[in-house]
Amino acid sequence: MTSAEWQIVWFTAWVSALSTLVILPFGLALAWALARRDWPGKSIVETFVSLPLVMPPVATGLILLKLFGRRGGIGGLLHDKFNLDVIFTWRAVLLALSVMSLPLLVRAARVAFEEVNPRLEQIARTLGAGNWRVFFTITVPLAGRGIIGGMLLAFARALGEFGATIMVAGSIPGKTQTISLAIFQDVQLGDDTHAYRLLGVSVVLAFAAVWCSELFLRRRKK
Amino acid sequence: MSLLLKNISLPLADFTLEVNVEMRKRVTAVFGPSGAGKTSLLDLIAGLRSARSAFIQLDGNVLTDTAKHISIATRQRGLGYVPQDLALFPHLSVRQNLLYGTNSRAAASPLFTFEHVVEVLEIEPLTSRGVTELSGGEKQRVALARALLSSPRLLLLDEPLASLDAPLKEKIIPYLARVRDEFRIPMLCVTHDRFEALALADEIVVLVDGKVRQTGPVLDVFNRPASAEVAKFVGVETLHPGQITNVTEGLATVSVNRATLTALAPPIVSREVFVSIRGEDVILQREAAVASSVRNRLSARVVALRTEGALVRVELDAGFPLFALVTRPACVELALREGEQVTALIKTPAIHLVPH
Repeated sequence: MTSAEWQIVWFTAWVSALSTLVILPFGLALAWALARRDWPGKSIVETFVSLPLVMPPVATGLILLKLFGRRGGIGGLLHDKFNLDVIFTWRAVLLALSVMSLPLLVRAARVAFEEVNPRLEQIARTLGAGNWRVFFTITVPLAGRGIIGGMLLAFARALGEFGATIMVAGSIPGKTQTISLAIFQDVQLGDDTHAYRLLGVSVVLAFAAVWCSELFLRRRKK
Repeated sequence: MSLLLKNISLPLADFTLEVNVEMRKRVTAVFGPSGAGKTSLLDLIAGLRSARSAFIQLDGNVLTDTAKHISIATRQRGLGYVPQDLALFPHLSVRQNLLYGTNSRAAASPLFTFEHVVEVLEIEPLTSRGVTELSGGEKQRVALARALLSSPRLLLLDEPLASLDAPLKEKIIPYLARVRDEFRIPMLCVTHDRFEALALADEIVVLVDGKVRQTGPVLDVFNRPASAEVAKFVGVETLHPGQITNVTEGLATVSVNRATLTALAPPIVSREVFVSIRGEDVILQREAAVASSVRNRLSARVVALRTEGALVRVELDAGFPLFALVTRPACVELALREGEQVTALIKTPAIHLVPH
């Protein structure tokens, strides 16, 4: 493995991990709201969250490109107000990975929250606990395995993301190139040994993540 | 304690829960068949669900007033709630469960200290265990202790004994009685079990299909059901206070007014008991002196007769009011009439003593 290859592996791993952490608070809040509350527009939000799971990733990437480009609504705002560029930077990778892996976290966490007996939360309230205390001392620990399983799935999804990332971040070596993007480029350029080494690394990483998540999800069922 | 429930209206699946009642006694049992809306009523009091209309006031403090859009948050109501499934937190140890509610309320009474509660309920050896390692009776006591440790103003118990088998029930009742006496805490206890209601409650509220059918002292309600509907549910039988005067070889001698009965001694011997006899267990005969194995033979006078289908309910004065259920042909054969003297025979095991 060359230092350039290590850089790609390292970049992919940390930006995937960061995307999982970034979506965690929002994903948990959303999963909880879907599991425990009824509100108008719930089914629409539910559908929207799952959309990246079924839409072609490239199409999702195109939407993000339009939204976060300098001439896009959000991208323009970020550029004018904060002088912050997203497209074709590592932030775009983070954005693409976050959007693409959010559905997996929300789905797993939602199921986990639904499995927590609401009676336990109610009784905690009779014992004087406020909403936050109930959430962090009863709901989250009891849904813990499901949440961690969902996080690992989201992380694994982020590791392998391709379509949305290449649309919004391009494949800039040393800057936005992830393992998947590098493999694709290497094969295109006929540099197969390079591609195979990265393939090996990505298999190991994905295997570890999915295996861990299976472990957590299975143990929760017992 | 004064718990006022006014204009309660909560639509449920099959009926609307409608309650207007004031509870003043230390232990009140809400008595009714399954699905009568009893748990929903407790949830309303605890603020865990909201009603179409409700006015709930505990000792002068308004907890819920839908007319004025007042609803005190559950955690600020100061109520200890032991639900039917106990809801022990499975991911916490017994000790962590017990301590969950302790820091929350300021001005905790010195009565409700960890040491004291744990001692009264005899759960000290369990505190280091996990909740899943407890037996049914132990779980029950831990749940009770957890509720007490939040220093509640009122304890809500949902079918505290329903999930336990008969021998365990008899073991838990003394703990509940101890909590009642030791902590002097008012309790509202939902139950469909006569035994439970008799053993614990001072006052009873009969709830059938979401409506309060009768309220009053336990004995009054059980002995004088206000309607056929209540009677059908509380059961028609003799229920009278008595005193155990002697216990020998598992047999208790009980004096009930002028009469003396022999019954099986209850597992927990207390002097004051309720004597409970089912109408179908009372045999009537004309001749007094016939040798038989029956231990209890009481000379009685027929006070009233009432036909109930194929049976006749005979009200007797045997030194205390005694009810017998006999068939109509038997009634004709014995020529039972008001004022007649008869002998009432009751087998020893047919007399149930409920400690009070």
